[in-house]
Amino acid sequence: MPKHFLPHSALQSLIDVLAGQGYAVIAPQARNGSIVYEEARQADELPWGVSLNQAAGSSRTHQDGHSRCFAWANGPQALKPLVFAPSEPLWRIARTESGFAVEVDEMPKRPLAVIGVRACDLAALAIQDRHFLGGPHPDPHYGARREDMLLVAVNCTHPASTCFCASTGDGPEARSGFDLALTELDDGFIAQAGSPAGERLLAALPLQEAQSEKIEAAAAGVRRAAESQTRAIPGTNLRDALMARLDHGRWQEVGERCLACGNCTMVCPTCFCHAEVEQPGLDGSDSLHIREWDSCFGERHGYIHGKQLRPEISQRYRQWLTHKLASWHDQFGRSGCVGCGRCIAWCPVGIDITEEATALLK
Amino acid sequence: MSRPRIAVHKFASCDGCQLAFLNAGESLVTLAQRVDILHFAEAGWIDQFAEVDIAFVEGSISTEHDIERIRAVRASARYLVTLGVCATAGGLQALRNGVKESASWVADIYASPQYIECLPESRPISAHVKVDLEIWGCPVTTEQVLGATASLLNGVTPANPGEPVCVECKRRGYTCVAVTQNAPCMGPVTRTGCGALCPGVGRACYGCFGPAELPNAAAMAEHFEQSGLSRRDVARRFLFITSTAQPFADIGQRYKEQDD
Repeated sequence: MPKHFLPHSALQSLIDVLAGQGYAVIAPQARNGSIVYEEARQADELPWGVSLNQAAGSSRTHQDGHSRCFAWANGPQALKPLVFAPSEPLWRIARTESGFAVEVDEMPKRPLAVIGVRACDLAALAIQDRHFLGGPHPDPHYGARREDMLLVAVNCTHPASTCFCASTGDGPEARSGFDLALTELDDGFIAQAGSPAGERLLAALPLQEAQSEKIEAAAAGVRRAAESQTRAIPGTNLRDALMARLDHGRWQEVGERCLACGNCTMVCPTCFCHAEVEQPGLDGSDSLHIREWDSCFGERHGYIHGKQLRPEISQRYRQWLTHKLASWHDQFGRSGCVGCGRCIAWCPVGIDITEEATALLK
Repeated sequence: MSRPRIAVHKFASCDGCQLAFLNAGESLVTLAQRVDILHFAEAGWIDQFAEVDIAFVEGSISTEHDIERIRAVRASARYLVTLGVCATAGGLQALRNGVKESASWVADIYASPQYIECLPESRPISAHVKVDLEIWGCPVTTEQVLGATASLLNGVTPANPGEPVCVECKRRGYTCVAVTQNAPCMGPVTRTGCGALCPGVGRACYGCFGPAELPNAAAMAEHFEQSGLSRRDVARRFLFITSTAQPFADIGQRYKEQDD
């Protein structure tokens, strides 16, 4: 695919063209010490000059006054809540004269265009797609939101200390699954289409010729992002190693530190567990059936008819880690970890999946 | 078929949990069409020992008279549901429990202390009678109360989630105040039901809904101390609105004693 140069001043054109095509444009914005993805109409809503420092259990943003708007790695969420809704009604049961009727709400219609998707999140989306859409019974709610979604990737040039996508093989460069990929420089982006929709988008933008120095500078930025990562997962397939260590003493030790708060699972872009709850109407005429994000650290996840299978926090942590890094291979043919590091940064006590996996292998 | 009958009782409390009914808006009309409300003093109905299907109880047991009254309430109700942390865990007023000087406070505070007759401890309803369902909260929300009521009216066990506030925070897209501000947030060990109200406005959760279903209070306390709280302040995080609820009580007491 040919490469082009999109100056920073043309970012507003990108937003306008997408909005003109009927998309709700979602873009990163600096909020409350981190980066969140929200609807944006103006390019100046993006985190210009913002740097993000993340460590285990810590996230802080700083206004550094630099000229970039993607000089950070990621926030607590990106694509997951946009396709797999944190809480949504699946159907409503209503009493009728002869029995009952099942009503399904209309699926969301307004397509989303997301600017600033990282390689780790594209890798996670591919897993979520397979989970929700790959089988014989594709999920219509996920599918409706995913179908018309347009993805503008931005290759990561500023990984956080918590990032380790280079070791999982999922980043920092977006290689597939996007419509348009950008790599940021001090004055703009190297742009490359990844789909026919991306090509049409490029054709509508005020592009400039990409000089070879700029192309090389962009590639060097992504290379440095890989080289500067300090954390690593000790192997892309830990299935057999972890399954052979289900009685390792480390599970107990991490279980004493773990708060069982479920934050790691909530921010994990590949975690897809959900619970379904019934919300009966007070007048007895109907009941709403709701799907909501659930966590394997919660009580109901391991509860099966009269028995809690995982009463201890250590067992719940083991369930999470061995699913993510081990049995995921049986289910999806790869690890469930894409190296985004969110579970490290957003764990209130800073439990580090790379450190735990490394300790377990000993 | 006669309509289900309900009662709403008040013991030692601030009356705030009963507002979950009174603030229900249109749903209150729906409820009134579906059930007969026999006793609800705050709303005007008084018939405190009438036989009912559901007795909602707000407040803790704080006097000898309370003990007699809660037994009578229990005897006249098919289901007894506690509303809020006073009824479920003794409430804020349970801070006097186990404090030696508390007997002298009455004389310090009231002009005519001879009229005050209270037990040395504020205890939850379950310390005196069998409770069928405990709804935590300070105060409880309309959603919790009407949700439980709707389930009971449908003959279904009410959902009563004990998951931590963090899960609700993340579902709502709130950015974590512990991670971004080093705030001493009790969310990881506190039961949700509030809808992550405080983190939603950038404040640390102070645990008013009581312990979550599997709280690691020891690790939470250790984390607070490592984050810069004094041992006394760590104790105060746990010994507050639900000070008698375990494991908050034990952890709080341990940090309090080690501070002295």
